Amino acid sequence: MNLNTLTITQAKEGLKEKKFSSVELTKACLERIKNVEPKINAFVTVSEKEAIEQADKADKLASQGETLQDKPLLGIPFSVKDNFCTKGMRTTASSKVLDDFIPPYDATVVAKLKEAGMVILGKTNLDAWAHGSSTETSDYGTTKNPWNIKHLPGGSSGGAAASIAADEAIAAIGSETAGSIRQPSDWCGVVGLKPTYGRVSRYGVVAMASSLDSPGPITKRVEDAALILNILAGKDTYDATTSPKPVDDYLATIKNNIQGIKIGIADEYFDDITEQVRKKVLEAIKVIEKMGVKIIKIKLFPPKYTIAVYTILQRAEVSSNLARYDGIRFGNDRSFFADEAKRRIMLGTYALSAGYYDQYYNKAQKVRTVIVNDFNKAFKEVDVILAPTNPWTALPLGASKDNPMYGEMADALVEPSSIAGLPGINVPCGLSNIGLPVGFQLIGPQFSESLILNIAYQYEQTTQWHKLKPKL
Amino acid sequence: MKINVFHVAKLANLPLTEEEKKKFEKQLAETLDYVAQLEEIDTKGVEPTSQVTGLENVTREDVAKPSFSQEEALSNTKSKHNGFFKVKAILEV
Amino acid sequence: MDSKKYQPVIGLEVHVELKTKSKMFCGCSADYFGQKPNTHTCPVCLGLPGALPVPNKKAIEWCVMIGMALNCEIPLFSKFDRKNYFYPDLAKGYQISQYDQPFCLKGSIKLSNGKTIGITRVHMEEDTAKLIHQFGTQNSKLKTQNDEGYSLIDFNRSGVPLVEIVTEPNFETAEEVKEYLRKLHQLVRALGVSNADMEKGDMRLEPNISLKREGQIDLPSYKVEVKNINSFNFVGKAIEFEIKRQAEILDKGEKPTQETRGFNEAKNSTVSQRSKEEAHDYRYFPEPDIPPFRWNQEYLDKLRASMPKLTEEKQQELINKYNINPVSAATIVYNPDLYRTFASTASIGQEAFGTAYEVTANMLINKKLPYIEVSSEELAKNIANLTKVSNIDDNKLEKIIDEVILENEKAVEDYKNGKETVIMFLIGLVMKKAQQKLDAQMVKEKIIQKLK
Repeated sequence: MNLNTLTITQAKEGLKEKKFSSVELTKACLERIKNVEPKINAFVTVSEKEAIEQADKADKLASQGETLQDKPLLGIPFSVKDNFCTKGMRTTASSKVLDDFIPPYDATVVAKLKEAGMVILGKTNLDAWAHGSSTETSDYGTTKNPWNIKHLPGGSSGGAAASIAADEAIAAIGSETAGSIRQPSDWCGVVGLKPTYGRVSRYGVVAMASSLDSPGPITKRVEDAALILNILAGKDTYDATTSPKPVDDYLATIKNNIQGIKIGIADEYFDDITEQVRKKVLEAIKVIEKMGVKIIKIKLFPPKYTIAVYTILQRAEVSSNLARYDGIRFGNDRSFFADEAKRRIMLGTYALSAGYYDQYYNKAQKVRTVIVNDFNKAFKEVDVILAPTNPWTALPLGASKDNPMYGEMADALVEPSSIAGLPGINVPCGLSNIGLPVGFQLIGPQFSESLILNIAYQYEQTTQWHKLKPKL
Repeated sequence: MKINVFHVAKLANLPLTEEEKKKFEKQLAETLDYVAQLEEIDTKGVEPTSQVTGLENVTREDVAKPSFSQEEALSNTKSKHNGFFKVKAILEV
Repeated sequence: MDSKKYQPVIGLEVHVELKTKSKMFCGCSADYFGQKPNTHTCPVCLGLPGALPVPNKKAIEWCVMIGMALNCEIPLFSKFDRKNYFYPDLAKGYQISQYDQPFCLKGSIKLSNGKTIGITRVHMEEDTAKLIHQFGTQNSKLKTQNDEGYSLIDFNRSGVPLVEIVTEPNFETAEEVKEYLRKLHQLVRALGVSNADMEKGDMRLEPNISLKREGQIDLPSYKVEVKNINSFNFVGKAIEFEIKRQAEILDKGEKPTQETRGFNEAKNSTVSQRSKEEAHDYRYFPEPDIPPFRWNQEYLDKLRASMPKLTEEKQQELINKYNINPVSAATIVYNPDLYRTFASTASIGQEAFGTAYEVTANMLINKKLPYIEVSSEELAKNIANLTKVSNIDDNKLEKIIDEVILENEKAVEDYKNGKETVIMFLIGLVMKKAQQKLDAQMVKEKIIQKLK
């Protein structure tokens, strides 16, 4: 059996029953990585030696009686997006500016997962600085979509999503500012959960847009995502924007009956999508309807306006967050920034500059309020919102080049929920006529992860999409 | 809408070549034209949202914690001297 | 040159470093003076990728207290903002500061000449790293353009809490500025929030100076900031130099350049540094990593009540309660040990032994007795013994009383107008003149008789 194709749940069971060791599991993943990486390029750094050492330690702990209760991820090999600081392990954010940066500390998310026993296989590729929706703007070459290597995996967590679709890792950690978890998960046919802003600590994640960034899991199963969220969620004393709200046990409610739940569908989210996406998502809605939910038509603020809001907010915060990269204390100087980063820094600087603040940044923050209110209104009528995750399936390589608004336009359907800080999950719901994955997303009110995980799980288990694998 | 790319690049501390200036000028103008859409949305009487969390008054107690060692602090720099970070001279009277 | 036809318009910006245990936005120790370089840093104050700021509760409380002590309004809503600019001593490429919604606004402080100085604002920010300039291999100024020069950076100071206090341009003389600085210095030390040690850089001053013509109502159209001043004395010199320099320029019919100048200690002069015209565009926006602050009146009241009393308040209290003279009161207040012991010693002295308050004050001040680690009861007893009531010739006493009454018209008047406590004051004076401790009750009756 190819151990690398297991899910977290399956791997945990196998480890518990001593069917295999963590070292074997890890080696299986490393073997797979070696085989497919020339085609996929999902990883910036593969840490083979450290991974085997960690797996070995995990096996020793397990034999000493360390139960999976105390360490729920003991010995499970993960891939970590390369914008999470990993102590002693190179972290580049896929930019040559940080080509040789070795963080002296772990991001909170990484520390929590290490505490839970995870093994790190390596750091996955992203659009440099997470600026993008294709992974093509990485300074370390683009990642290819495992379903068709002539196509993009999506971004910015393209490497993470690809590493799961290609079974290079058992689970992955990514981050989303506006679509960066959901969109590549959609294009790669895997599960991607973006938690509520403030549910998971951003400490140690290379900042992109401070008021939007949300770390989250990318997995093969909904259940795996819930398990990871149990570990990651919660207030962090190192991140003043994390919520003190108590953390649910996301696994406990995942199998609940979803009868009677009100699911909102907005035409505005179906306006500019391709036929393939429409077909598959409508089919999914029918499946869910059969499970006893109530489908209710709602009106939502047109996504296309949110593109402008997001563009301004994100670039303004980016321009400030990237100011620390001057090559003095670490990394290389600012001449090492590639085009996309330079563009975004400049637009952001301009939007904040004297005389333009009110017109751009302040105005965008006001429209943000309008969007937040719009969702609040919708959630008075429905419990969650269902929509396509992306207007189209994975685009061919090269689609993003020199198109300054590429990412924002592609992410129109995920930007509104990101701007409002809401949680969202991508669930695979089929393949297009040329074999590219299609997914739909569930968006809930703040801190409703339990609900969207529950509905996602029930849909997943009723269908077979999660069993499909690309042929590599 | 045209941006003075050189001025903005200076504010942003970004070195730009003449070629880059031309390229970015066009691309940035495109982006700005697009975001002009913002003006179509009515925000009269609407307050800006800086914090979607609604959190307030988040602080920490005044307790000193251990710091990096000098070695750790300097571990990633390419230019150091006697425990300091070293840069080209900054002229100040 | 006739500087009399110009009126100086001076404002002051003071940065006070707070003596918190930890830094403003991280847990590194804030006690950086004299430490080995770069030994008090962490991802936050070093500006590493992914680091996030979490504000220091005590620092904010102390900033608000400074504002309260300066009679400021404390708005119920405030926040931090990012001030974006590039400099090697600024790790993040922005300083977390406060822009349009600071913790304290619109305060005031009175000077001894009766003038009120407006306090524009008091806000919180973080300090930058320390830059050390070395040119070539010696600690000397740049010799030629070809000298291999480098600067060194120590981030121990990066992130230490700073309070910025800005005044309205209400000062007109260097003396006024110096008095304000002394008061501010006393104030932050009395509050216990800063050592305000200028030599250590705990308190940094930046006056801005311009001149307007006598009778001109509008503010001048330029202003000159002076940086790098290390003592109150030098502030005075810098201001005086600037007034003279600017007057000379105005006399010529020209306008002084709006700029920042540095103070040269050796020459007691100011030197041009960079043009303020080329003002930084700081691109302020609300700090997204730190949620805003919303106080309620209850919290502010509690904070105000917890503030240590300020020097002037304490002095006035002593004068009111014990009728001792202002000089004694000031002396007692400036000595924390003395202040701690005086109130109880004086009360016990009066109640148990009939010792006048003034006598107790004198005995303690003139160090006739040790008062550290001696209980108030013991002290009072000792004082009483040393100043036992002795007999006095009636005539001598009468004469003394008459003199005292003559020399203290106002006190007598107050007494006659109903302020009975003045009697104690007069008794004290009588005893002082007599240079012996007398039966206070007897003296009191005699004085009252005379004043009838």
